[in-house]
Amino acid sequence: MNKISLILKREYITRVRNKTFLLSTFLLPIVMMLFIFGTAFFAMSAKDKFKKVAVVNDPGLFTVNLKSDSTRMQFVFTSNVDSTNFTEKGYDAVLDLHNDSASRRFTVHSKKQLGIEGTQLIENRLDRAFEKERLMKKGIQKETLDSISKETSGMFAIENRLTNEKGVSEGVNAKVNYGIGFGSGILIYITMFIFGAMVMRGVMEEKTNRIAEVMVSSVKPFQLMMGKIFGIAAVGLTQLLLWVVLLIALSTIAGYFLPSEIIQQAGQASNNIPGGMNQNSQMAMQLSHMLKNFSNVNWFMIIGCFMFYFLGGYLFYASLFAAIGSVINEDPQEAQSLMLPITMPIIFGFIILTSNLSTPDSTVMVWASIIPFTSPIVMMGRVPSGVPWPQLLLSMVLLIGGFLFTTWLAGKIYRTGILMYGKKASWKEMFKWAFRKS
Amino acid sequence: MNILELHNLKKYFATQKAVDDISFEVEQGSIFGLLGPNGAGKTTLLRMITGIFYPDSGHIIFNGKKYDPVNDVAYIGYMPEERGLYKKMKIGEQAIYLARLKGLSKTDAIEKIKAWFVKFEMQSWWNKKVEDLSKGMSQKLQFVTTVLHEPKLIILDEPFSGLDPVNANLIKDEIFNLAKKGSTIIFSTHRMEQVEEICSHIVLVNKGNKILDGTVTDIKNRFKENIYKIEAKTSAENLMTYIFEVIKHQPQELLIKLQHDSTTNDVLKHFINQDIAIHSFNEVLPTLNDIFIKLVEGTPEARQFQEIK
Repeated sequence: MNKISLILKREYITRVRNKTFLLSTFLLPIVMMLFIFGTAFFAMSAKDKFKKVAVVNDPGLFTVNLKSDSTRMQFVFTSNVDSTNFTEKGYDAVLDLHNDSASRRFTVHSKKQLGIEGTQLIENRLDRAFEKERLMKKGIQKETLDSISKETSGMFAIENRLTNEKGVSEGVNAKVNYGIGFGSGILIYITMFIFGAMVMRGVMEEKTNRIAEVMVSSVKPFQLMMGKIFGIAAVGLTQLLLWVVLLIALSTIAGYFLPSEIIQQAGQASNNIPGGMNQNSQMAMQLSHMLKNFSNVNWFMIIGCFMFYFLGGYLFYASLFAAIGSVINEDPQEAQSLMLPITMPIIFGFIILTSNLSTPDSTVMVWASIIPFTSPIVMMGRVPSGVPWPQLLLSMVLLIGGFLFTTWLAGKIYRTGILMYGKKASWKEMFKWAFRKS
Repeated sequence: MNILELHNLKKYFATQKAVDDISFEVEQGSIFGLLGPNGAGKTTLLRMITGIFYPDSGHIIFNGKKYDPVNDVAYIGYMPEERGLYKKMKIGEQAIYLARLKGLSKTDAIEKIKAWFVKFEMQSWWNKKVEDLSKGMSQKLQFVTTVLHEPKLIILDEPFSGLDPVNANLIKDEIFNLAKKGSTIIFSTHRMEQVEEICSHIVLVNKGNKILDGTVTDIKNRFKENIYKIEAKTSAENLMTYIFEVIKHQPQELLIKLQHDSTTNDVLKHFINQDIAIHSFNEVLPTLNDIFIKLVEGTPEARQFQEIK
């Protein structure tokens, strides 16, 4: 045990002092913040431009009801403007409503691209104007329509409350759960690869450096392997912790120094990544909803499960990565082909998570979150929306059992592989090493 | 007293009988040579002694007790043929780390490392990294880390390869010193001249079997071919005799081999009778190199793979 802790310490200290570790730990949050605020900034500056759009050839459908957007776009009905002279007349674009009634497609001429947001805004306004026009044709007064639309915009919001076993209702928000599940699943997925590969490279280094033989004459191969795996686990936890601390610190600092519009925009940008372009007002509403529901999330449960599955998933696969590292020689190509059977279930788990995240209680998700090969990634997608205790316990017990099994198996391959030079071991040979009696 | 006894050790791999029933004893304080051509099974044998491999059958007695690899490795220092150190680690830290894995406390380790570094003039290396060292320098470091914890049994696999004569002598002197202090040294090599110089007892293995075991002088005597070197002025007609056969004839020097049952005195008488002045008369013992080649020759150069059932 003392030897394992010596090895652990060395693995940890040499890695943490390494420049790459320092760079990735400190640069990644900075780069992430720069990315979020950068996109926000550019989105802002693109939006800042108020567009003046000339509308020509209106067949009379839109004149009354096409409304300008007070912050982004103004529509001016005119006749003496066309696609050749709109800039001279002081317009940013010209919208040609020449009615091609069959296709209902109109053209906007502009010097600079309007972008998706610009065209969507125009489409949206045209749709609404057309709707109103139709309603008015059926005899509804314009004033009535205006007052109704004022009354109804953004009136309702849905809050989903769950009733638990004790009959107490709890607030949930599918979007928040989705976000947390997706975020923690992807984080486990990425870290499993990063730290698994780190274990593999560490073992390869020991083998190609030929230090392995010196080491195993002092310690048991299993101790060497476990020391490395636990050492790198400690590195992973340190890095994770530093990232969280740095991200919180950086966003707090950003809050003081950056104008509030950018912060707001950044908040949207970071929430907006999977979804499409939503209307500003809707977005803001969702955001306030999410914030409200954030406090409803069981953080204790989520963080606890995250730590468990982060460590469990890492430990489950790390020894397998170590075994692979022990059987390959200097050729990285060999690593690629041997790693495939290990990376496949990880990637498979990720695919299951991303494609079924919206239905966290589907059969696929339930099974994938119990079987240890995929459970670390998939279970995190289910935890925020609540998992029945028996399933969670079964999944955890299986993961611990799986970790013990893979470590036992990998230890036997590792013991033989680390001193084998010259040729790559085949799967058949590794299988033999793993299951022979020692 | 024997520090190490091997009894009928066997280790079979999938395609080879790497070690096939080898037994020998190593006396405490001796410098013991384990010889053999490439692929004879030396490394496998050493790995069993260092506890890296478990023998398929047979057993090892270490220091009078049944060998217990987990605890006894602390009394063994092993320098494998393929040297290895952590390239990115600082030299001082590396030495401390390896010493602590052998059970030394940190303060003990530092103290001992400093003493060795002074002895080998390596003080300025402490904060350098291993990747900055030349091959010979890292060899010296490797030797220091091997013997640092004052092991009872030191196993050196080809310790001089890659060393210049000055450094090789430095290490050689240390080997003698360590033996004098009571450490036992097992020395594996196929460089015979070093063995003759250093070892008192040798074992020769080939194809997984022990084919020779004894002290260097014993073995030389066992393989002597009654060849003598005579320094004397002779001509062809002086050498017409059945007492000996001439192997090499030079005007001032003669190499002969005794024939039939003749003795050295017969040879001397022969020359004295002819009134030829003899300046020197020496027996020529075979070198270990000759014995080695003679014993190993005829076996295929590389070991063939075989099916083990």
